Amino acid sequence: MANPQARQSERKPTVRLAKATDIPQVIAIDTENTGLSKAEYWEDLFERYNNRSNDMDDDAQPKSVKRYRFFLVACDGDTVLGFIIGEVRAWEFGSPPCGWIFAVGVRNNIRQGGVGHTLLEALNDRLRKAGVSKVRTMLARDDTLIMSFFRSQGMMAGPFIQFEKDL
Amino acid sequence: MKLQKATRCALFAILELASGQDRQLSANEIAEKYGISTNHLAKVLRSLGRVGLVEAVRGAGGGYRFSGNRRRTTLLDIIQLFETIDPIRNGEREDGDDTAEGKGLCQVLMEIEDTARATFASITLDTMIKLVEKHR
Repeated sequence: MANPQARQSERKPTVRLAKATDIPQVIAIDTENTGLSKAEYWEDLFERYNNRSNDMDDDAQPKSVKRYRFFLVACDGDTVLGFIIGEVRAWEFGSPPCGWIFAVGVRNNIRQGGVGHTLLEALNDRLRKAGVSKVRTMLARDDTLIMSFFRSQGMMAGPFIQFEKDL
Repeated sequence: MKLQKATRCALFAILELASGQDRQLSANEIAEKYGISTNHLAKVLRSLGRVGLVEAVRGAGGGYRFSGNRRRTTLLDIIQLFETIDPIRNGEREDGDDTAEGKGLCQVLMEIEDTARATFASITLDTMIKLVEKHR
């Protein structure tokens, strides 16, 4: 059943590139969702993805920008409702350029209200404009909540498989 | 991977009943569409009824309707009512499993079981119905 509080916000949120002033709210959302506070990680991501002087262009004109990394937030006024991060990656083990999503989070009390869908669509639009026609992600096998979200958006298992070993 | 007959019957019945708001169908109608035995399907529907996923509608024009939550019920929820898809993870043992070779084989098979489980656990009926629509 949809979260009843999710229905409170009927307006479609605004999606834009994250600003430095959004990061404390992003950290709070991630902490709420994962139980781990990783302030340095998010500040570093922001620096690397949205704050590089050579590509700090206006997100309103993505066609004119050779941007291939996107740290986006969904906002209602000054309130950050959720975030998503993705980029174009190319030729990893022969994979032609494709979009990669590696972080997504929505405030717990507005889940199932469409914010995740809006963020994913906004990122997909930007990735398409960046020239790719496929988007991928990698998730923990036991994280059924987020896996169900990506499944609900039409994503299926792809042709790559993940490996690891203890070092 | 192959699912047991009862599991397939259950999935077909649930997907059929959950595909429309207040959709109501008889066991005969469902059985005919999928070419399965009505008796077998009736047993499966009773099992689904016991866990609240379907309810019987009495009277003329009666039948069954979906009474669960499309966005919360996963394929795994239904499959687990009829079979275990990860027997090794659940402790089932076979001859030779205590040898080094058996342990290695179990490790590989568990990797496959875990992937199957994650797949079924992450697909809700709502998502599955959208997937079915793409094949129409």
